[in-house]
Amino acid sequence: MNWVEYFLFQIYPYLCLSVFVIGCWARFDRSQFSWRAESSEFLERKTLKWASNSFHVGVLGLMMGHAAGLLTPPQLTEMLGLSAHAHQLLAVGAGSVFAVFAAVGGAGLIYRRVFNKRVKATSRPTDLFILLFVYAQLWLGILGLPHSMMHSDGHTMEILGEWCRGVLTFRSGLPNLLTTIPWVYKLHLVTGMTLFLLTPFTRLVHVISAPIWYVFRPGWQIVRQNHHVANDET
Amino acid sequence: MKIRAQIGKVLNLDKCIGCHTCSVTCKQVWTNRDGVEYAWFNNVESKPGVGFPQQWENQELWHGGWQLGKGESLRPKIGGKWRILSKIFANPNLPQLDDYYEPFDFDYAALQNEKSEQVVTSVRPYSRITGQVMDKIERGPNWEESLGTEFKHRSKDYNFRDVEKEIYGKFENSFLMFLPRLCEHCLNPTCVASCPSGAIYKREEDGIVLVDQEKCRGWRMCVSGCPYKKIYYNWHTGKSEKCVFCYPRIESGQPTVCSETCVGRIRYLGVMLYDADKIETAAATTNPEDAYEQQLDLFLDPHDPAVVEQARRDGIPDAWIDAAQRSPVYRMIKEWKIAFPLHPEYRTLPMVWYIPPLSPIQEAASAGSLETLNGIPDINSLRIPVQYLANMLTAGDEAPVKAALNRLLALRAYMRRFQIENVRDASLLQGAGLSEQQIQDMYRLLAIANYEDRFVVPTAHKEDAEDPYHQRGIAGFHFNQSTTSGKSRFSLWGQQGVRPEIRRHTVKGG
Repeated sequence: MNWVEYFLFQIYPYLCLSVFVIGCWARFDRSQFSWRAESSEFLERKTLKWASNSFHVGVLGLMMGHAAGLLTPPQLTEMLGLSAHAHQLLAVGAGSVFAVFAAVGGAGLIYRRVFNKRVKATSRPTDLFILLFVYAQLWLGILGLPHSMMHSDGHTMEILGEWCRGVLTFRSGLPNLLTTIPWVYKLHLVTGMTLFLLTPFTRLVHVISAPIWYVFRPGWQIVRQNHHVANDET
Repeated sequence: MKIRAQIGKVLNLDKCIGCHTCSVTCKQVWTNRDGVEYAWFNNVESKPGVGFPQQWENQELWHGGWQLGKGESLRPKIGGKWRILSKIFANPNLPQLDDYYEPFDFDYAALQNEKSEQVVTSVRPYSRITGQVMDKIERGPNWEESLGTEFKHRSKDYNFRDVEKEIYGKFENSFLMFLPRLCEHCLNPTCVASCPSGAIYKREEDGIVLVDQEKCRGWRMCVSGCPYKKIYYNWHTGKSEKCVFCYPRIESGQPTVCSETCVGRIRYLGVMLYDADKIETAAATTNPEDAYEQQLDLFLDPHDPAVVEQARRDGIPDAWIDAAQRSPVYRMIKEWKIAFPLHPEYRTLPMVWYIPPLSPIQEAASAGSLETLNGIPDINSLRIPVQYLANMLTAGDEAPVKAALNRLLALRAYMRRFQIENVRDASLLQGAGLSEQQIQDMYRLLAIANYEDRFVVPTAHKEDAEDPYHQRGIAGFHFNQSTTSGKSRFSLWGQQGVRPEIRRHTVKGG
């Protein structure tokens, strides 16, 4: 364990998570006006229609897959009758499908952001940067697939899951877990953590506001009253 | 019965000359900013025409407004909640920039900077989106100004349904009217319903519909939900924006900018009292042709003592009840029935109403080339087909539009006789069902149209919303950019976000 690995896999995760939590809180609290999806559909829809749908379905699928796969303790998966081998096959299978969706859609989104005159002219530098960053992260994940296929015993996945849970449970010696892990996964880990770091400063915050609560909203209309508390008391 | 008050509006299309002063003053106040160059909270359309954005009235195309679903329950035409959420990544019903127009400007500096005197300098348009020179301006905010562009294109006008429109393409049969449009501040707004973030709301005290810019996340569903296409997506901020009914002016008792600056004095503002409990039933009426009558039933008589009593109980201030009793809008909508909602078949219960225009017919009638009845020209031979107006204002039902036009014609005939011959000829009013007193009132409000008669706007009771004592001393060196208060309950920087309110302890019943 050299000092680089110690920093990346023992300190950096907490740095990223702290910035993520405090940064998002600060942005929501102080500058909520900036909290939005920043859609450019109004300026270009032809490409966006398939690219955005495909990209979002893929990325959301991957996100949920990662959360479920990495955070569930192996005891629970085994209790459910899922061996490490089967678990990995499931992850590789579903992951590949979603990855294809995300890769195709992401390519479309990058294409329109670079080549559509209107979208290009109205983009901020961070818009393209974060898109390319997410896309790079996606490809690092895809590049790990051959290794997963060759070692289908699920051992690598178990280690990575243990590391993730270790971060959340404040364990020490985390870099030691990763000694046998190939570099492509390590890179994927680092860029993945960096995504958390970047989120409060980019449009990625819109993921947090996914309006799923809408379906639970009673009725359709919203009427705001202008009476303040002191008045109601009288 | 739950009584609520709203500042309603009536536009007298009979007097609109299409000068666009309302649009320009509105633009200069509200939308001369990045991202909304293309947006017009108020615009004036030449009719017949496809309007702005193109064909906005055709809901087969845009799916705006409401529809009756299974079991006669209302749901937005773009879909129920799950369906709306499924469109969040790419909204197939979102109008594109080109459905409005690519905003342009001219490089005026080129005129002054040109050194050569050999060539005549010209300025070329450039796009306000890309900054590049545009070879050709394809569209503008009122591209069909005064029947511009060919009839083939203009005749896609949705109001031509059930009308033999071909004959109106001929020059001698053509007709023109202007339709100034702004947000309708509906009683049953689809934009509010379709907003997944819950950022759009209707204000209880005056009915103004606003987008909470802090809460808007830019999911764009409101743009599709609104059948009037009066919500605009600001591509620069990534948020939706709409006509705010100049609420800072309304709150202080002033008319909106578009109303204030209307040189034709065609705009009227006044309080309407309505029964909020009946909104859903009225909006869900089975037959779209009943929508106008249903909405008319929502409005309550402010002179009825029972209504006044209930209004007080529901917290409506006395000044507002008084304003409702003097409301010009109420008289035109409910007493005289000369004003109509725009496209009531969208089921949003709009609150900006229109008096249909008469056509220039008196000359033709006097020359004997028009059918006349009792000296009053026959409604059916008007230049603007009644069916066209009915399609626009009453979901196709001609009868109420005809009755209104008859009243307007009777008003003209009566006042003409009175002013020229000094004869008060009550027989002219028989067909119209109006008393001589009503004619006098209509004449005063429609023809003289004094400022204080047109605009009866009570001031807002802001002391209900905030304790004014707390507002003292809030502006200082930080100019409202205070670094000590935030949105969340627990401020990040240690200081209390909002100053505590003084609890007033009054003796109950005292």
